[in-house]
Amino acid sequence: MNKLLSLAAAAALTLTSFTAYAAGGALVPPEMPWPSVGYFGAFDKASLQRGLKVYTEVCSGCHSLRLLSYRDLGDLGYSNAEVKAYAAEYEVLSEPNKDGDRVLIQASSADKFVSPYANEQEARALNSGALPPDLSLIVKARNRGKGNFFANFYDMLRGRGYASGADYVYALMTGYGDPPADVEIAEGMHYNKWFVGNAIAMAQPIYKADPAADGTPGTIEQQAKDIASFLMWASEPRFEERRAMGTKVLLFIALFIIVLYMLKRRVWRDVH
Amino acid sequence: MISAHSAPEFKNSVVRWIDRRLPIFTMLHGEYIVYPVPKNLNYFWSFGGMAMVVLVVVVLSGIMLAMQYAANTDLAFDGVERIMRDLNYGWLLRYVHMNGASMFFIAVYIHIFRALYYGSYKNPRELIWILGVVILVLMMATAFMGYVLPWGQMSYWGATVITNLFSALPVIGEPIVTWLWGGFSVDNPTLNRFFALHYLMPFVIFAVVLLHVAAMHQSGSNNPTGVEVKSQEDTITFHPYMTAKDSFGLMVFLFVFAFFVFIAPNYMGHPDNYIPANPLSTPAHIVPEWYFLPFYAILRAVDFQFLWLVPAKLGGVLLMFSSLLVLAMLPWFDTSKVRSCRYRPIYRWFVLLFVVDVVILGYVGGKPAEEAYIVIAKLATLYYFTHFLMITPLVGWIEQPRKLPNSISESVLKSV
Repeated sequence: MNKLLSLAAAAALTLTSFTAYAAGGALVPPEMPWPSVGYFGAFDKASLQRGLKVYTEVCSGCHSLRLLSYRDLGDLGYSNAEVKAYAAEYEVLSEPNKDGDRVLIQASSADKFVSPYANEQEARALNSGALPPDLSLIVKARNRGKGNFFANFYDMLRGRGYASGADYVYALMTGYGDPPADVEIAEGMHYNKWFVGNAIAMAQPIYKADPAADGTPGTIEQQAKDIASFLMWASEPRFEERRAMGTKVLLFIALFIIVLYMLKRRVWRDVH
Repeated sequence: MISAHSAPEFKNSVVRWIDRRLPIFTMLHGEYIVYPVPKNLNYFWSFGGMAMVVLVVVVLSGIMLAMQYAANTDLAFDGVERIMRDLNYGWLLRYVHMNGASMFFIAVYIHIFRALYYGSYKNPRELIWILGVVILVLMMATAFMGYVLPWGQMSYWGATVITNLFSALPVIGEPIVTWLWGGFSVDNPTLNRFFALHYLMPFVIFAVVLLHVAAMHQSGSNNPTGVEVKSQEDTITFHPYMTAKDSFGLMVFLFVFAFFVFIAPNYMGHPDNYIPANPLSTPAHIVPEWYFLPFYAILRAVDFQFLWLVPAKLGGVLLMFSSLLVLAMLPWFDTSKVRSCRYRPIYRWFVLLFVVDVVILGYVGGKPAEEAYIVIAKLATLYYFTHFLMITPLVGWIEQPRKLPNSISESVLKSV
């Protein structure tokens, strides 16, 4: 009894302390069934490739992805030649040449994703003062959880990781529409159900498109799912490596716990 | 008792040669092989060793991260992401390091709870306890400065809020803050010195841990009965008994550690720290890391001037430091002759209530300073100090403790 009580107290102390990060009063977006979450999930490569296409054709007009390198795209199932061809669409400043000039040359696989703007000032100037955020870490930065300790704890045990950030990106992409009668949206702003304060500077980015080459429908929901998956991957390109190693490490430790428990029992046999 | 200092016969001639000139092997033999420990220690006694292991892990991963990290406001954020993305196993080093800090606090908080419940802070172990509180304070300083290094939004604003606390001091407050910052706001000089100090402090922690352990080996471990060791009957040797038991406990602890590192590495962090520091944009709620939340709640609980003399901010700062001071002075507040709460029918409930109080403080510490939370924070803060300054001495006088066993062996035999 004594032991149980004290154990419960210790457990309460450790577990209930992690309550800091409620979602600041904002609506909690619904949970989406991302294929990469859980202990044995994996990214859907076809979806990531379609997500890259959405980024390239839509988002990249305004949003940079500055922490990602073109060579990282190899993880999406592209060959070196395909990655090279993708990078070659963009231009970067060369190192100074013989005459001391820096000229624009084709980007290589080793380059980081080229930003649509030269600097923050240009980005603001072209977006009526607003700065479109960089998307490299957007899913991790919007991983605000579900606003209550127990739901977040349960999600942690289920191995959802930072998936609530992807839930948010999906919700934001599909959350545009006409404002309710009692909500007034300022000139140049747009109504979005899931954005804090409901007025967002970004116009609805995704509209219905033609089906993809593999026959995937071009609905807003499907494209939103693909871009959210892609940005989830871009937030931590080493994610699959981490989880693959984690499974092995946890399995090893679990077995080692059993061995050490048997050893302890044997050593302590003659005490009491 | 087994003599801890009887020199063993070493078979290896090199060991023998060294030991005759510098008896480190005799010392290790005495302190970690034949060292007598009470035979009734439960798994709560494993958390000190676990904390030690996590400290070593965090220092090693930290040294390797420091080889890749650049303490410069233009480079720090992207540099940390470079470690996460481009460095081989960089993500592993970084997640081990950042979750290691949390695991260190988890181990140490449970270790402190064990000392509270079983009265390990009492005569003759007061100095071990005080050194322990010193370690806790050093850990807090180290973790705080480490959290600033990735230069995310919470790094920057956390640093701004906490360093600003010193401005509460009368007259010298403002100059001190400017001196701490190396300028007029948290900026590159601040980041540079925090990095230097963050690298230095763990070695100071090591030194104090050494004293903590040395003092512990002087009086020996307390045990769940709180009754001192009376004969050799009551003890077992450190090796193989405690080494076997601690290894098992440690491996369970490492399982939890690995779970966080590999499955939920960002669970104990804040999502805003994945946004680069921006001095022009203040986050809606600035919250410190989870292990600071109870103290943060105490700090914010004072929102009123005290006796027309102490302004609210200074009051909060003084109260927060006092919360650690009363913790350190606990051996002198506790008037009971009995150590272990196992034999203290009333006080045991107050210790558990105190734990609940700290959990409540932690909860409101993570919430915005809004009406209901402020009231709860004030009440919980009041109870925190009442526990040490009134309940602990009073219960010690009033309480009728249960009959103590004559020896550890007797209690063990009775329970079997």
